[in-house]
Amino acid sequence: MSNYIKLIALGLVVLFAMLATNYARDIAYLVHAIIIMVVAAGLFIHVLRNTDEPQVAVGSLANEYFDSVVRAGVIATAFWGIVGFLVGVLIAFQLAFPALNFDWAEGYANFGRLRPIHTSAVIFAFCGNALIATSFYVVQRTCAARLWGGNLAWFVFWGYQLFIVLAATGYLLGATQSKEYAEPEWYVDLWLTVVWLAYLAVFMGTLIKRKEPHIYVANWFYLSFIITIALLHVVNNLSIPVSIWGSKSVQVFSGVQDAMVQWWYGHNAVGFFLTAGFLGMMYYFIPKQAERPVFSYKLSIIHFWSLIFLYIWAGPHHLHYTALPDWATTLGMVFSIVLWMPSWGGMINGLMTLSGAWDKLRTDPVIRMMVISLGFYGMSTFEGPMMSIRAVNALSHYTDWTIGHVHSGALGWNGMITFGALYFLVPVLWKRERLYSLTLVSWHFWLATIGIVLYASSMWVTGIMEGLMWREVDANGFLVNSFADTVAAKKPMNIVRGLGGVLFLSGALVMCYNLWMTVRRAPAKEASLTVAVPAE
Amino acid sequence: MDFYTFLREFADSWMLLFMVVVFVVVIFWAFRPGSTKIYDDVANIPFRHVDAPAPEMGADKSAASKEVRT
Repeated sequence: MSNYIKLIALGLVVLFAMLATNYARDIAYLVHAIIIMVVAAGLFIHVLRNTDEPQVAVGSLANEYFDSVVRAGVIATAFWGIVGFLVGVLIAFQLAFPALNFDWAEGYANFGRLRPIHTSAVIFAFCGNALIATSFYVVQRTCAARLWGGNLAWFVFWGYQLFIVLAATGYLLGATQSKEYAEPEWYVDLWLTVVWLAYLAVFMGTLIKRKEPHIYVANWFYLSFIITIALLHVVNNLSIPVSIWGSKSVQVFSGVQDAMVQWWYGHNAVGFFLTAGFLGMMYYFIPKQAERPVFSYKLSIIHFWSLIFLYIWAGPHHLHYTALPDWATTLGMVFSIVLWMPSWGGMINGLMTLSGAWDKLRTDPVIRMMVISLGFYGMSTFEGPMMSIRAVNALSHYTDWTIGHVHSGALGWNGMITFGALYFLVPVLWKRERLYSLTLVSWHFWLATIGIVLYASSMWVTGIMEGLMWREVDANGFLVNSFADTVAAKKPMNIVRGLGGVLFLSGALVMCYNLWMTVRRAPAKEASLTVAVPAE
Repeated sequence: MDFYTFLREFADSWMLLFMVVVFVVVIFWAFRPGSTKIYDDVANIPFRHVDAPAPEMGADKSAASKEVRT
C-alpha cells in the first residue's frame, strides 16, 4: 500500500519538474528541474519494479546495527573531502596566478563562482557527511539500539547528497542568495529542511528506544548540533521566492537585522556544526582509539553546558565597526572571550584521556592524528577570541588572517579528527583486522600537518601585513597604499598557501589509497576472535 | 509598553537570571554526592555493545552474558 502512495507522490514530482523545465526562468533552475526530474523518475521506476513483489522475509534486524548507511557515509566523506580540497587548491592558485581564471570558463569557473563550492564542499559535504555517518555509528553503539526508522536513514543520506549536488551546481550557474555558508536558494533550503528533520527524527528515535539508561555525552553534542542547525537554517533562510519557476528569492530581513541574523547563523554554524558535532566525535573516537574512558565525565558535562550557553551569543563579533549597535558587538566580544574556557576545558579533557597511555602517541599514528586535531582546536579557539576583541579585529578584519584562522580550525581540528575517525571506522565497518598500512597513516599525518603549518603561517604574515598596509597614512593623513599594492605584496604568501593546500590534498589522497587497500587487502577479522591482541 | 521594549527588558532581567540559575544548577548537579560512581560507569559506555545491540526485553539472555560490563 505504501508503495502506491510513493508512486503517486513521485509521479507528481516528475510532472512538476517537467513543468518547471518548461517554465524555468533561469539556467540554474532549469538544470535543477532536470536533475530532480531524472532522480524522481528513476526512483519511480525503482519503486514500481518492487511493487506487489513477494516480500523477502527479513530476519530480526533489531539484533544487528544498521551499518550499511555508515559505510556509505564513510565513502561519501572521503569522496567529497577530495573534491573540496581540490577546488580549494585550485582557487588558492587562482588568487596567486589570476590567469587561472580561464577566459573560456569566464562566468562559471572563476574565483567568485568556485569559492562557495569550496566552502560548501568542505563544510557541508565533507564535514556534514562525516557528522551524519559518525553520529549514526556512535548513537547506535552508545544506545545499544539499532537506528530508528528503518530506511529513513537511507533517505537522510541520499537526500543530503542531492542537497549537495543541487547546491554545487547552483553556485556554478549563479544561483546564490549571497549569504556566507548559506548560499543555496529557497527550494534547496526547503529540501535541506526536510532532510534535516528526517535526520533529527532518526537520531531522536534511536535515543528514545535506547537500552543504555544514560545518554552518553557524545550524543548530547550530536543532538545539540542537529537541533541548533535546524533552527539556524530555518531562520537565516526566511525568504520569499520571486517566482515558483525561478531560483531568485528576496530575504525577509533587511539591513543590519539581516547582517545580525546572518552572523548569528554564520558563527553558530562554526559553533554547532564544526564544533559541537565534532566534539561528539571526539568524545567517542578518542576514548575508543586510546582504549580508555574519557578523562573526566563531569568535566564533559560542564563542557557541554558551558558551550551551549555561551556559543549562541558570539555572532556579533563578525560585525565590529558596522551599523550594529556597540552594545551588541560588545556582548558578542565578551561571550567570545568567555568561550575560551569551555573550549580549553574540552581540549584538556580530550588530551588527558591519554594520561597513562602517552606511549600510544609513539606507536599509533591514528591517535597522533586525533591529538594534533585537539592541539589545533586549542590553538584556533585561543586565536578566535583574541581576534574578536575590537582592537585586534580592527587590524585583522577583512584580511587573510581571518582565512588563516578558519583554516587552522577547519583543516587542523575538523579535518584531522575526521581522518582519525575514518581510520578507526574503516577496519571496523568492513570487518578488517587492521589498517592496510600504518606507515601511510604517518605519511598522511606529516603531509597534512606541514600543509596546515605552511597555510596558517603564510596567512598570518600576509594578513597582518595587509592590515598594516591598509591603515598606513603619511604625514598629511593620506593613505599610503592602494588596494592593488597589497595584492602585489601578498603574492609570495599566496603561493606558499597554495603549496600548503597541495600537501594537505596529497595527504588526503594517501588516506583514500590506504582506506581502499584496507578494504581490498587487509586481512579479514575472524569472527571467533574475541580476545583483543595487544598491539605491542 | 512597546512589545520590543518589554522583550528587551525581560531578556536582560528575568530571563538572564533564569539562565544563570539553570547553568549554576547544572554545574552543581554534575558534582552531586554519588555522581562519581555513576559517571565512572557511564564513561565506559563506548566499550559495551560494540558489535550488536542489547537484546530485547525477555529475549535469550545468553547473548547478553557475552557483553562484558566493566
